[in-house]
Amino acid sequence: MTNSIDDIVEHADVIMLVGSNPEEAHPVIGMRIRQAVERGCRLIVVDPRRIGLASKADIHLRVRPGTNVAFANGMVNLLISLGLADDEFVRERTEGFRIMQAQVEEFTADYVARTCGIAVQDLVSAAKMYGTARHAAILYCLGVTEHTTGTDGVMALSNIAMVTGNLGKPGSGMNPLRGQNNVQGACDMGAGPDDYPGYQKVWDPKVRAKFEQTWGVELPDWAGTKATECFPAMLEGKIKGLYLFGEDPVRTDPDTSHVLKSLAALDFFVVQDLFLTETAKLADVVLPGRCYAEKEGTFTNTERRVQRVRKAVEGPEGSRLDTEIFTEVMNRMGYVQPKLSGAELMDEIATLTPTYGGISHARLDGEAFDRGLQWPCTDAHHPGTPIMHISSFSGSVGAFSTPDFIRSAELPDDEYPFVLMTGRVLYQYNACAMTGRTPGTSEIAGDSFIEINTCDAGALGITDGERIRVSSRRGTVETTARVSSKTNPGETWMPFHFQDGNANWLTHAALDRVSKAPEYKVCAIKIEKLQ
Amino acid sequence: MHNIAINGEPVIAREGATILEAARKVGVRIPTLCFLKERSGVASCRVCVVEVEGEPYPVPACATPVRDGMEITTDSPKLAAYRKMALELILSSKGAALASLACEEGAEATELSKLCCELGVQVPADVDGTDALPVVEGNPFLSYDPNLCIECQRCVGACNAAARNHSLQSRMRGSHVLIDAPFGADWRATDCESCGNCAQACPTGALSLKSRRRSEAPVETPAGVQDAEARFVRTTCPHCGVGCQLELEVRDGRIVGARGAQGASNRSLLCVKGRSASYDFVSSPDRLTSPLVRSPETGELEPATWDEALDVVASRFTALRDECGGESIAAFACSRSTNEDVYLFQKMARTALRSNNIDSCARV
Ligand code: SF4
Ligand code: SF4
Ligand code: SF4
Repeated sequence: MTNSIDDIVEHADVIMLVGSNPEEAHPVIGMRIRQAVERGCRLIVVDPRRIGLASKADIHLRVRPGTNVAFANGMVNLLISLGLADDEFVRERTEGFRIMQAQVEEFTADYVARTCGIAVQDLVSAAKMYGTARHAAILYCLGVTEHTTGTDGVMALSNIAMVTGNLGKPGSGMNPLRGQNNVQGACDMGAGPDDYPGYQKVWDPKVRAKFEQTWGVELPDWAGTKATECFPAMLEGKIKGLYLFGEDPVRTDPDTSHVLKSLAALDFFVVQDLFLTETAKLADVVLPGRCYAEKEGTFTNTERRVQRVRKAVEGPEGSRLDTEIFTEVMNRMGYVQPKLSGAELMDEIATLTPTYGGISHARLDGEAFDRGLQWPCTDAHHPGTPIMHISSFSGSVGAFSTPDFIRSAELPDDEYPFVLMTGRVLYQYNACAMTGRTPGTSEIAGDSFIEINTCDAGALGITDGERIRVSSRRGTVETTARVSSKTNPGETWMPFHFQDGNANWLTHAALDRVSKAPEYKVCAIKIEKLQ
Repeated sequence: MHNIAINGEPVIAREGATILEAARKVGVRIPTLCFLKERSGVASCRVCVVEVEGEPYPVPACATPVRDGMEITTDSPKLAAYRKMALELILSSKGAALASLACEEGAEATELSKLCCELGVQVPADVDGTDALPVVEGNPFLSYDPNLCIECQRCVGACNAAARNHSLQSRMRGSHVLIDAPFGADWRATDCESCGNCAQACPTGALSLKSRRRSEAPVETPAGVQDAEARFVRTTCPHCGVGCQLELEVRDGRIVGARGAQGASNRSLLCVKGRSASYDFVSSPDRLTSPLVRSPETGELEPATWDEALDVVASRFTALRDECGGESIAAFACSRSTNEDVYLFQKMARTALRSNNIDSCARV
């Protein structure tokens, strides 16, 4: 997020929520958005489904799944032609405006409304509401990124913020809501093939030299492969060994049968986890680690806020601290790694990572106990950065880049006539490894289901609560129909938490060409009565 | 700005501030019960009364704005007697269950019990009612026991002014406030999100988490770990990217509860996952307690010592690395684990596995 939750809740005049259902996926942000709305902040919801917050919204644009880029380009075009662009900001802080303006011209309100399946009037109202606000914030989530055109969607949305000068000031910005608790931190820490910690590039010789010096070994200089691309590489035999730390791709990754085949093709497979997950059952070695309540460390939340994780209890006997396990493996493989505590590891991170340069457990336990530290936090006296890009964009000025609108990789056809989207529900988390072990969560939400529009269900003779068969080109599951107008006709939605009727037997492993995120939000399915 | 005096000390207070706010600002404690900052203040309990020079009776500090020249006394024998009486009235307003809260002590005691200790209030001899009202407990996480309710309406503030869910309301019947808690048999039909922020606000345990009752049953505790009373450990919720701050309640080496803490993103709020699903898995009986290695003979995963397992891992990866190159190995980190874990994991991948094929489940 460029801005902070408090800042948006207190200062935004308009919040535009795109492809995000915070009441279920980020519930406390959901509460805080309700708080903003009750203060008088306007709310624009851009989402195919009638999510809870849609009832509190001033405008709900039920765009067709997979048409975010068209929507955003259309907004930018409208903002410019309605005279709502912030000329000074565009002049002083951005580049490439003219080219962008020419590129979005073809995204007329009529064309966009038709493409996205929304009313022209609503699109115009949304542009006016967003464009006339003094402080307008965009919040978005996986509904934008989990598409083959996810990166394009983010770029196109950024243009909306940039063209109206809604960056680098209170109550505004581009604010991705990061899904899992430490997605932000894991990326920050260099768990990506191109990046050392702090997004320092693996291919930059100066950066590599710095890490080689501190770590005392020569480092590989070739470009690594992203996780979602590793599965095909396993089938091809290019990747033969996998060390999997605390994930359950058999349940959470798209196209389960493909994942199973890929893992089976490995020569050697290690899983480190708390439980014998579906994936761990396939491993050659399983190593029992420790959970967040058994260690000292930090998480970085969606606001870039680094906060402490503190040890509350000892781990079960027989398990070991994850850092201890890695240290053992490193030493046994010939790399001399001293055993370091969580606080000492953070000190090492700070020396190597400019954006984390001022972060230490000591500060987080002291002056920053309640507020944490938001990176960039470059030295021990730096207070952290609640709002990014205040006086200039990091590096250079903000450059407009306008993606073209490309349709989703798999569109409905005669055989598979429905669009399937997937997502989360309030009472569970991902593969339920944690939440599923609390009795109440499963009592409330324990089984898979699929949301179908009332008209479609009527045509198929399916009633609410009926068990039905759902198939895609990749697999078939049985699940329970939830019939309502929450989804539009032709569109359906399933949670991916549940092992019975897991939606990932159906989903499509088509990837975004930049981020390699799978297109969880759009695939084509058919629905049948059981016999 | 107003110039006032609190217990004889000159204080400058903001225009429109209440006496309570002005006193808290300079570190003077006035006991409160029904008041909840920014969320609730119905000024019904009369525990926060103070004396104001020139006023015939004590006034509630939470609801009385300061005036220029006000002289305030926050502590005196007269006030102590007043507060004690107010609390005794509250304690005896229902049945024996509420009255008995007066004698509970310790870190886990309710706020009402702690206040009774502070003000020296004993279990009242006579109570007005019985404990006959039915407990509302359809919701799997939360219950409401009207027999313990002191009508302070803090829960109403928590649900409506903080969680902004508006599914818990109060209404008047005669001179009594009734709380409509959405936890009855029809709880599924309500908008309640089971977040439990109302229960965290409740000073008596009338609204409470069912898990609390479960945790009072004797449990097997890890050997050698005994806490005289509960400890609270401040940490960060393990579920979603909001990063809510919570306090895990630890008793006898086990986590038995979680409550919201004043973090920058959550302002004391939690959702159902943070409050009720953030710790049961920690002590789940199916946690792995031994490394497992697939046996070449049986083809099954079988328990092994750490030494054996780590040797297998190191030797197999070393062989792959040296024969086929680091390109042949991939390492996937977990976006749920700590920064320190992920940092060392990617360092291991790059320095020991000699691979840049490192990624996280960030896209999932
Ligand atoms: S649990 Fe949450 S939503 Fe439900 S009544 Fe309490 S505060 Fe309101
Ligand atoms: S339920 Fe608790 S918080 Fe609500 S009015 Fe009763 S005592 Fe107060
Ligand atoms: S308490 Fe709820 S909203 Fe807060 S971090 Fe945990 S899961 Fe997310």
